[in-house]
This record gives sequence, C-alpha cells and structure tokens, in this order.
Amino acid sequence: MSERLYLYPIWLRIWHAINAFMFLVLLATGLSMQYSNPDLPLIRFDLAVQFHNIAGLIVTFNYLIFVAGNLATKNGNYYRLEIAKLYKDLSLQLEYYLIGVFKKRPTPFPINEKRKFNPLQKVTYVATMYGLMPVIIVTGLALLFPEIIIEKIFQSSGFFLTAILHTIVGFMLSLFLVIHVYFSTMGSSPTSNFKSMVNGYHEPH
Amino acid sequence: MLERLKSHISVNLFFKLTTLMRTKSLSALLLFLLITSTAVFGQLLVDMEATPASVESNQQCFECHTRQIYSYENDWSGLVERKAMNPNYILDSAAFHQGVHRHFACTDCHSPEYESFPHAAEARLEPMYSCMDCHGGDETYEQYHFELIEEEFYKSVHSTRYDDSFDCWMCHDPHAYKAMTRGDFKISEIVQNHNKTCIDCHNDAVKFSILTDSVRPDLALVHEFIPNYNLHLKAVRCIECHTAQEDTMWVAHQILEKEFAVKKCVDCHSSNTMLMASLYKYQNLEARQDGFLNAIILNNSYVIGANRNYIFNIISIVLFGLALLAIAVHVFFRIKNR
Repeated sequence: MSERLYLYPIWLRIWHAINAFMFLVLLATGLSMQYSNPDLPLIRFDLAVQFHNIAGLIVTFNYLIFVAGNLATKNGNYYRLEIAKLYKDLSLQLEYYLIGVFKKRPTPFPINEKRKFNPLQKVTYVATMYGLMPVIIVTGLALLFPEIIIEKIFQSSGFFLTAILHTIVGFMLSLFLVIHVYFSTMGSSPTSNFKSMVNGYHEPH
Repeated sequence: MLERLKSHISVNLFFKLTTLMRTKSLSALLLFLLITSTAVFGQLLVDMEATPASVESNQQCFECHTRQIYSYENDWSGLVERKAMNPNYILDSAAFHQGVHRHFACTDCHSPEYESFPHAAEARLEPMYSCMDCHGGDETYEQYHFELIEEEFYKSVHSTRYDDSFDCWMCHDPHAYKAMTRGDFKISEIVQNHNKTCIDCHNDAVKFSILTDSVRPDLALVHEFIPNYNLHLKAVRCIECHTAQEDTMWVAHQILEKEFAVKKCVDCHSSNTMLMASLYKYQNLEARQDGFLNAIILNNSYVIGANRNYIFNIISIVLFGLALLAIAVHVFFRIKNR
C-alpha cells in the first residue's frame, strides 16, 4: 500500500460534514413540503418550513465559508478547469467509469497532492458549487424575503418563477447528492472515501 | 332616451312599491302587484351600460355631500355660512359613479324630504333599505345568490354575536359597491378588495368599537403563526380561513368563530388544497388570458409547498429513476467483475 495522502484539512471536513447533514435536512423537508399531504405528513408542514429555513441559512453561511476558504487556501486550485483538454479528459474518465473500472484498468487520473478531483468530478463540482449553489441560495433567500421578488416577469408571477427555479435546482442538487454518494463508493474500497471524510487521509488505489 | 326614462321610472316605482309595503296596510294587494310586475321590472331594473339617468338630479346632493366643508346661505341672517360636513355623510362621487348603484337617484333610496334644505330633522329617522328589500327573490340577481348570502350571514358571528344593528351596510357601502366577479377581475384585485372589507373595521379601533367594547386584537399579532403574514394577506382572502367554504358561494358570508378558523398549513399547502374550492379554481381563467403556455405551466402551481405541476413532477421522477437505474446497473457489473 502506497503512502497515505493528507488531502482533506480539518476546516474542509467540518464544512463538508455540515453541508452533508444540512443537505439531508433540506432534502427531507423540501420533499415533505413539495408533496405535502394532510393525510400523510412526512414532516408537519409548519415544522418543515421552519427547519428548511434554518438549514437553508446554515448552508448559505457555510457556502460563504467554502468560497472564502477556497480564496484563502490552495484548495481553490483543485477547482480550476483546464478547458483546452476538457473534452479529451472527460472522455477518458467516462470511459474508465463505463468500461475500465470493470476491466480493472488503472484510473486515468490518479489522485495526488496536485489533483484532488478527476476531470468529471471537477466539472460536476464546479457546476454545482459555482453554478447551482448560488442560484438555490439566491432564490431561497428571495422566498424567505418575498417582498424583494419582482412581481411580474414576462407576464408570469415572479413568485412562481422563483419558486419553480428553486425547486428545479433543488431537484438537480438532490440528483447530484445521490450520484455523489454513489461515486464515493468507488475508492480503493467501497468504504475508504467515507473514512477519509472523517480522518482527512486519502487512501490511494 | 325613452329607454332611460323607462328604466328610471321602473326603478322608482319598484322602490315606492316596497316602501308602501312597509306600511302593511296595502301589503296584500301590493304583494300581488309586485309579483306580477317583477317579471316586467326585472328586465329593466338596471341597464349597466347606459349613462346613469340620475347624474343631474344627484348633483344637488353631491354639491355638499362630497365635500368636507359645505356652504349655504342662511335665510335669516343673509350670510353665506361654511360648515364642516359630518364625515359619515361624505360620499366619494367617483366611487359612486363606478359602483353598481350609480343609476339611482339619491331619493330613490332616501326620503324625498332631503330635497329641501335645511333637511327636516325627522328625515333622519327614515328606515333604511336592506339589500334583501330589493335583491331578495329577484330573478335578475339570481346569479349573485342573495338568499344564500343572507342565510349564511345569519349563521355568521357578525349576526349571532350582535343584534340587528349589524347589517349588510356595515361591510358593503351601497354608495360605492362594486361587484368583483371572478373571471372579470384579476385574482389579486379581488383578494385586495375583499380583504379591505374585513380590514377596514378589524384594523381600525374606532370602527371596531361601533360593535363591541372588547379590545381590538392586533391583526399582525394574532396571525403571527403564519409565515409572511403580509404576503398571505395579499395572496389569499381572510374568508378563505375564516368562513365555512361552500363551492357554490360567490363570497362566503358564514364567518366562523375564531376557534374554527383554518390553522393547519397543509389545508392549503397540499395537492388537494382547500383553496381550490373557491376563488382560485378560477385562476385557470386568468392564466389562460396570458397565453396558452402559461396556462399549462402555471396551472395548479401557485401555492408554495404544493407544486401541483404534474409535468415537472413526472420529469423529476423519470430523471431520478434513470439515475438510480444507472447506479444499479453499475453496481451489478462491479459486483459481477469483482
């Protein structure tokens, strides 16, 4: 076994843990409100609203820590996309996940100190963290302070558009969560990445 | 012109008949006359499109009763005197001319004695008409369900908790009443108009005390449990939670005791929301005016927490299913090739 790599500093692990837990709260309460049913309440509506609001604010604050942390430490470098090689790199990584992994081929982008994420991961994380997260945070805050929402946008209700955008992005993020958790099982062993979440050390393949 | 005259005469006649009926002496005969003539008069009662016939005759009353300060020449002293008008007797003439009763002359409902000034003191004691005096049992107004409104009103707290002094006029000013029918107005306008009816008294200490000595509860405070109370107030009507909702009713009038008000969020924020029983069923009409696409996308999806948009629901379930399926296949091959 090669040397273990300390890849996940403590602030990042705490950030990730808070994010993960709050995501679950937001998902459960969000689904409960979205499909609310008086006869079969998953979580009581008024409680779901409260928990959703609180968890949303925590995630928002946590997001600021993430952005600040990425600006202040070299963790931000891991998110820099190499646009020129992107298509080729993505194809390689996709091919590995679809074929290579079953043929026990080595991973095309092994993790090291300079590269925490493979290209597919990087693209997904950038899209999620810098694309979807700001949208869900802004729409979420708008729904929390509805007086700031523009009432009519192209003859449609501003509330409706904000709510539907929040819901769609929320759905996309929950889809991300499921896939993200599944890919976590593709470390050197199915559980190794979950151990790394706690102790900060990456176990190479 | 002839039409206008006919309309005016018939309206006058109708009122005179009902006034006479109050004297009871001729009631039996007049009842017969009324029944036989209602069919004829019914057609002529109000031609909403025509210019009000009463504009000129009302001008004399409006001269003073639309102003805060009125003036008159004192016959005894010969001086022109300026006096403050009792605020209760000041009319908004613009609102009157937009209201449903704009075709009436003041003296159609008020005593002709008011035509002379100074007004006779006894004129003030004249009995006032109630809505049902004109609207009750009349086919012309069948669509407004006045009988049902009356029935519901007598069951409401406004009627059961107070004496007969609580009448229709308490909430509905006949001088400015505008019929806001579903389909003709935007839902938001209807909501605003209907809520104003409640708030005008329930948010006004003086008006509230006309009926009761009890302390007026602070609306924001008693509704504190509702998130974004002000937004709720703009989007839904007070009566949505405070009345027994009947699908057939135009505007529910059976105001319930506060203990029976809707307090559970899910009663509205759910796929089988109770809001669909009333006003909001007509949201679709409004949505369709903005275009076909909006009608499809916006239909049934106006309440936060109850996104009843089936297209989005199906898309999300399909995508989620595909993701899970892909993962399952991947897991299967990982185990197989282990």
